[in-house]
Amino acid sequence: MIKLALFIWLLPLAAFVINILIGKRLPRKGDWLSVGAIGISFILSLIMLYRVLVDYDPNFLVQGSVPWIDLGVLKLNMGLYLDNLAVIIVTAVSTVSFLVHVYSIGYMEGDPLYNRFFAYLSLFSFSMLGLVMWDNLFGIYMMWELVGICSYLLIGFYFTKDSAANAGKKAFIVNRVGDFGFLIGLLIVISTVGSFNLTTIHQAVGQGVLHGGLLTAAGILLFAGAVGKSAQFPLHVWLPDAMEGPTPVSALIHAATMVAAGVYLMARLNFMLTFDAMLVVAYVGGFTSLFAATIAITQNDIKRVLAYSTISQLGYMIMAMGVGAYVAGFFHLVTHAMFKAGLFLGSGSVIHAMHHSMEKTGIHGDPNDMRQMGGFRKKMPYTHITFVIFSLALSGIPFFSGFLSKDAILGGTLAFAMSQSNPIHYLLPTFGFVAAIITAFYMFRLIINTFYGKPKNESLFKHIHESPKVMTIPLMALAFLSLYFIYTIPSISPAGPEGGWFTHLIERPISAVATQLGHPVLFIPEHTEHAAHVNGMLISIIFALTGILLAYLFYYWKKIDVEKFTQRIKPLYALSFNKYYMDELYQATVVSGLLLWNQMLAWFDLHVIDGIVNGSAWVVRNFSFMDGWIDKYIVDGLVNLVANMTLAFGKSVRKIETGQIQNYILGAVLGAFFIIILTMI
Amino acid sequence: MGLISLATFFPVLGALIILFIPKEKLSTIKIIALVFSLGSLVVTTFLWTQYQYGMIGINDESQFQFVEHLAWIPAFHIEYFVGVDGLSFPMVWLTSLLGFIAVVASWNIPKAQKGYFALFLLLDTAMIGVFVSLDFFLFYVFWEVMLLPMYFLIGIWGGPRREYAAIKFFLYTLLGSVLMLLVMLALYFNVQDPVTGGHTFNMLHMMQQSNHNSWLSRFDVRFWLYLALFIGFAIKVPIFPFHTWLPDAHVEAPTAISVILAGILLKMGTYGILRISYPIFPDIAKYTSYALAVLGVINILYGAFVAMAQSDLKKLVAYSSVSHMGFVLLGMSVFTSAGINGAVFQMFSHGIITAMLFLIVGVIYDRAHHREINGFGGLAVSMPVYAGVASLAFFAALGLPGMTGFIAEALVFIGAFSVYRVLTIIAAFGIIVTASYVLWTVQRVFLGKLNPKYESIGDINGRELFTLVPLGLLTIFFGIYPLPILNMIKVSLNYLITLIP
Repeated sequence: MIKLALFIWLLPLAAFVINILIGKRLPRKGDWLSVGAIGISFILSLIMLYRVLVDYDPNFLVQGSVPWIDLGVLKLNMGLYLDNLAVIIVTAVSTVSFLVHVYSIGYMEGDPLYNRFFAYLSLFSFSMLGLVMWDNLFGIYMMWELVGICSYLLIGFYFTKDSAANAGKKAFIVNRVGDFGFLIGLLIVISTVGSFNLTTIHQAVGQGVLHGGLLTAAGILLFAGAVGKSAQFPLHVWLPDAMEGPTPVSALIHAATMVAAGVYLMARLNFMLTFDAMLVVAYVGGFTSLFAATIAITQNDIKRVLAYSTISQLGYMIMAMGVGAYVAGFFHLVTHAMFKAGLFLGSGSVIHAMHHSMEKTGIHGDPNDMRQMGGFRKKMPYTHITFVIFSLALSGIPFFSGFLSKDAILGGTLAFAMSQSNPIHYLLPTFGFVAAIITAFYMFRLIINTFYGKPKNESLFKHIHESPKVMTIPLMALAFLSLYFIYTIPSISPAGPEGGWFTHLIERPISAVATQLGHPVLFIPEHTEHAAHVNGMLISIIFALTGILLAYLFYYWKKIDVEKFTQRIKPLYALSFNKYYMDELYQATVVSGLLLWNQMLAWFDLHVIDGIVNGSAWVVRNFSFMDGWIDKYIVDGLVNLVANMTLAFGKSVRKIETGQIQNYILGAVLGAFFIIILTMI
Repeated sequence: MGLISLATFFPVLGALIILFIPKEKLSTIKIIALVFSLGSLVVTTFLWTQYQYGMIGINDESQFQFVEHLAWIPAFHIEYFVGVDGLSFPMVWLTSLLGFIAVVASWNIPKAQKGYFALFLLLDTAMIGVFVSLDFFLFYVFWEVMLLPMYFLIGIWGGPRREYAAIKFFLYTLLGSVLMLLVMLALYFNVQDPVTGGHTFNMLHMMQQSNHNSWLSRFDVRFWLYLALFIGFAIKVPIFPFHTWLPDAHVEAPTAISVILAGILLKMGTYGILRISYPIFPDIAKYTSYALAVLGVINILYGAFVAMAQSDLKKLVAYSSVSHMGFVLLGMSVFTSAGINGAVFQMFSHGIITAMLFLIVGVIYDRAHHREINGFGGLAVSMPVYAGVASLAFFAALGLPGMTGFIAEALVFIGAFSVYRVLTIIAAFGIIVTASYVLWTVQRVFLGKLNPKYESIGDINGRELFTLVPLGLLTIFFGIYPLPILNMIKVSLNYLITLIP
């Protein structure tokens, strides 16, 4: 099993290394290498899933690790942790990744950096698969950063566009803000538990090694990483911009897999979340689900609608992790991966058609703009049908996968609210249900605007064609995976996932915090859960249908005039259309503030610190000038004075030396007289 | 003569030979420089294969490897005493590696090649000498010998403000040397050789606290001596606020000299603290550790913020060095296994990564003849291979997992957090700022629309790739498999921290 997992993990890495180095010179620019590698990984992951299904044991677990860093006190191992959760998510990742690889053969055809695109996809697959299989938080963090850099490279794939380059940078930096929290969380864990291993942490938390406020803080800080990666409020701003990347990337990374890594992390760490930490998680998720949905309604860029929808759906999953609806949250992660990847690939198919049509007609415009679409149903039948299936799944309509999982989340949230004494917690299901109406509404607004009605741009419409098979077949595959029974086998009841393999294999882990305290942290009685589930299901079906109906009233039957309506709620519309001005707010405060602060420090460095250095040099230099002056005029002056005096004396004395013998004789005679007189006295 | 001496003096032998070759024979001069710097690398690599991983070193002569211990000037108890342990060997190897790479990077130096290569080889010898010396006097000699070629290499072959930069570098470092000299003499007169009873320059004798006389055991004396020594080393690191020589020296120095400056010379500061200050004054090291941690955090953040404000690419890389050296300081200030191992690993890792960054700046400067970040743009279009290699180096600088910088920083954080929680959290903020300035730089240089001026600019050539690729491979190799280094350093460093009370 471990060997199998290693192959699944490392094959894409090998494809990356070969492709980045010599991909350009390979036949077909090496796409077959990347596709082949992930294809084999996909098949191997199916084998792994098959084994798990044969085993059919909720407590299935295979672990294996090798020592890595050993400093004596600190030991870090590298290893894999394969339980049902990991196996299922590995299968989901490799499935979506494989389909996206295949789809990209058609979508990226003719791109000058074709080989590099596949190389990056391979690197991403490697990192993502590693992220969900590692047995320790340190390894997860490493892969977490690597998927981040892949995301950066792929968002900025069309790097000559400034908007793309900006978006990539923004994505990475905003994620780093979350990772800052993640890192501190990790440090709390290692400094108390002494290990990053998931099993060891579980035991240590259960024994109370890490407890109380610090445990809550660790939980919330680790969650901060998830807030960044899963684009939760207030760090969601990078995801809509990330749509600058090629559409297959949006499908794979920014819808199905990487952004779900935050949810995965919360699932993995669910055992160590205290009640307070869970509340934070639940409210951040719940608020995000509603907040993002309200932005999605007014966007005109087909991918941006989907991006906000992704944020909103991730909010659902995060909320589920917070209210203890662990199974439902993880279930939604998997179903959402399928239908949201499908939605993006479908929108990619539309954009691809728009792009080619624009090239042919010579019209310059934004191929993502829904205001240029309409009526594509007849021209793109496969894209249309599959798109509707994905939308029904996302809206939570029975017989589609999204119904099962979303309904389970809403039921779980309601159950949580019902089990709590504080009625304020009814806010959480309220967030969820309101978001559900909006979700159905914006999805059908999107479908009607794109596929139904009259073409809004006839000349573009003329050249719209269905995409090649290499792109539509992945769509069909994902549509198939969005049907409900895939997840409920052997039961075929469309009402809920109970009795299916999925809910059998995935169980909420025993909370280590509960073990530590000796009593359950969060207890939801069975009858409450049941009642909540039935009510939740009814409400959510009604709400979803209402949303769809509203969309038809607005956009298809046009019973309500959209223009007039938006005029009447102008301030609200403007808020939603401008994404609540979050980008502007961050730009004005954080970004400008940082740049100004940098400039100030640089000025300080140049003028104060270096000023002192140069200043002391100036002082020394001037001191030595002065010293030199003193030396020259005073010290040396004295010396010269002595010398001059000697010289002058010498000069004056020299006059005696006339060289005439008679003078000397005169002197000698006078001297002799003088001496004689002296001796006589 | 042992292998350590061979590795040390091999380059200077080349310098001597170069002196006898007429300056017109350019290629002969270059090939001699290449062969002799490579020779040193071959010897140190061979030593690595012979290295005994379990041996401690630090303060016990029998635990050192490849020791050569001879009398030199017996009248003043000066000895030729060299050897390596886990603390010094990675630095020795890195020095010989970067020495060789710098020769290749200097291939097209425009003027007075004979003098340049002769001085460079002298510098190479002095640097290796600093890392292998176990006699304080010998250490000091190598330390000073290093200064002189550096002064000329910056002052003659540098950029427009080379003279200012060279003098600033020289005087600043000299100030540190003077302080070091004073401390060395104070130690010489107050440490007793346990065998002969006389004075000694032997560092290992100085580390034995029982050899200190009563004057040297006084707290105030020890404190001031430690401080003087510390300032001497701090200038070299450089620790805030002694860092302003660095951007000037880096910007004016030719590419290969910047590589050596950032890759090796900065590490001598922290190496000196670990090799000399800590074991000789462990009590004061402990006493001042909080201040060192604070200085480390200041270096990390201040360097990163100021780097972000730079418009000159080389200055930006220079300030990033200030920031990255902060991790070394933070790691060594906490005396935990993870912290100090992370610090030394960071010394090695930063040596490689910053060398790559300076080489990368050199590549573009040779073609565009300027370094204004905003004057480029879109270079990934016209120089794809260069952009790829540069991105790798920049990602390494922002601490991407899979490369050495990540391991080093992670270990430092792990080691520091259990001691100084708040400081570590503040320092961790640096990962955001670092990502910001690195990615912003990558964007302004490589991404966006291609600046039409550089449409036909040539991509990186084979010689330049030859300097960069080995370093890139090393950061990845040791980033995934750090054991060869960590196993080497941990024995010595884990012992070193036990000396701290």
